[in-house]
Amino acid sequence: MKGFILSFRSEFYKSRKTAGFWSAVILPLLLCLLIFAGFYSRSDKMAMEPGMILWVQFSGAILGVMGSLLLPMLIVFIGYSVNSIEHKADTWKTLFSLPISKFAVYSAKYFYAMFLVFLCLALFVLFTVGFGNLLGTVKPGLKFHDYNMSGVLSQLYFKLFLSSLGILSIQFLLSLLFRDFLKPMGIGFVATITGVILVANQWTYDYLFPYSHPMLALSALPQHHNHTPGNNPISVDIFTREIYISLIIAALVFIAGYFIVLKKSVK
Amino acid sequence: MVINTDGLTFDFGSQTVVKSLSLQVPEGSIYGFLGPNGAGKTTTIKLLLNLLQTQQGSIQIFGKELKSNRLEILAQIGSLIEQPAIYLHLSGKENLLNRALLLQIGEARVNEVLKIVHLTDAAHKKAGQYSLGMKQRLGIALALLSDPKLLILDEPTNGLDPNGIIEVRELLIKLVSEHKKTVFISSHLLAEIERMATHVGIINHGELLFQGSIHDLEAMSKPAVQIETDNTVDAANYLSRNNYTVAEVTDTHLFVPYTTKQQMGNINKLLNDMGYNVYSITKQHKDLEKLFLDITQNA
Repeated sequence: MKGFILSFRSEFYKSRKTAGFWSAVILPLLLCLLIFAGFYSRSDKMAMEPGMILWVQFSGAILGVMGSLLLPMLIVFIGYSVNSIEHKADTWKTLFSLPISKFAVYSAKYFYAMFLVFLCLALFVLFTVGFGNLLGTVKPGLKFHDYNMSGVLSQLYFKLFLSSLGILSIQFLLSLLFRDFLKPMGIGFVATITGVILVANQWTYDYLFPYSHPMLALSALPQHHNHTPGNNPISVDIFTREIYISLIIAALVFIAGYFIVLKKSVK
Repeated sequence: MVINTDGLTFDFGSQTVVKSLSLQVPEGSIYGFLGPNGAGKTTTIKLLLNLLQTQQGSIQIFGKELKSNRLEILAQIGSLIEQPAIYLHLSGKENLLNRALLLQIGEARVNEVLKIVHLTDAAHKKAGQYSLGMKQRLGIALALLSDPKLLILDEPTNGLDPNGIIEVRELLIKLVSEHKKTVFISSHLLAEIERMATHVGIINHGELLFQGSIHDLEAMSKPAVQIETDNTVDAANYLSRNNYTVAEVTDTHLFVPYTTKQQMGNINKLLNDMGYNVYSITKQHKDLEKLFLDITQNA
């Protein structure tokens, strides 16, 4: 456990000045800022909308972009950047000759990649709520203050996080094995497009394909609108079948990856 | 023995890179692991660090089986393999701090090793902007960080200028003589090893061709007396008539197999007495270089 914590801290120390780390921070900031600017400029047209609808439109705009294409691509990039730091510096040999078990080194790297995805999605919640409330303040005509969506958003993004773990495991392993960016990127891109097509065509078994999971996680959102005041009109069912599949794939690929690392000769 | 391998064999596909290697590295020695490029030196070192899985044979380090005591053994080894592994986007000191974090070592030791390798002034410069020699020195600093009992260094003087080479050499000699460390150092340059090693192993095509103390190697090499004189041919003939074996004669020098210091003095006196101008007379080790070539080429 000690080795894991030391390795995890080292991962942060190493990556804190790299694009991989900052992409997880800047992407949510930039995206939320853009949508904020869009809403700000069109605020007159939306002045009549009730608070809940405004929130759904605002967060939906952000979620829509994230869920289908951006999240898988971000995961491709994070999986790559966490591993490429060692490929580039030729440091696999030193990592695996440390007096720290190979499992601790491997799992710390994996969980650090997972942490970056989590951080990114948590920032999305934070920035969405923050910019929504900011909109309500700078444009008092928009009734953002009438409704609180932070609970639902947290659940939704948590579901998105769980749905992305299958992809993360696969991309992490690909980037661990391949030194260059093109292979994991190419495979990830093609698989993501395939995932989008499968979901769009409502293929019966699309929930088995990990790259479809983020889209499914959002599209399977059951929304029953009952407008009783004080009662939450949107409920999120987190543990749907694609989430279970995503978690199973993540666990299997993570374990398989460890055995590949054990067998692999260190260059 | 600090390192003891028995019948170590390693194949890359169908190619045998290391052939039943039996290394014996005594404690407190500087063991020079010599061989031309591609002889199997780096593969052997990776086996010693468990970076490659042992296929055949066994490795014992500090008297313990490497496979079953991996972490305990690795905790006492500092290593530098091929080109140093450095994060180029971090400064030299950050590279050391990162490793110190992993090894649970304080910042004081980081500053200490920076001083040892003369990188204190460049500590905050990005490692990407370091010269080849500075990177190599940072690599040595990383290996020294944990104050290990055994240092395994793969061609550590690559890319260093003459001053840097002398510094590394003196540092290693000091570590062994004053701090009782053991150093296992690979090189393809005999002259390099000759100046500091106490023990030597010569490897070519994966096979250990010689192993022993540096004196054993020197004894095999039969040093020569090199004489520079105004008339080498006549002087050579004269020495032959006086029962000296002349090994080689060139326009400027002649060579006689070395036996004792007294013999050198006698030759000098003999030539001077006969009126030959002896410009220089030295014991010469060039034969070791030849021996190294002979050993590695005839294999």
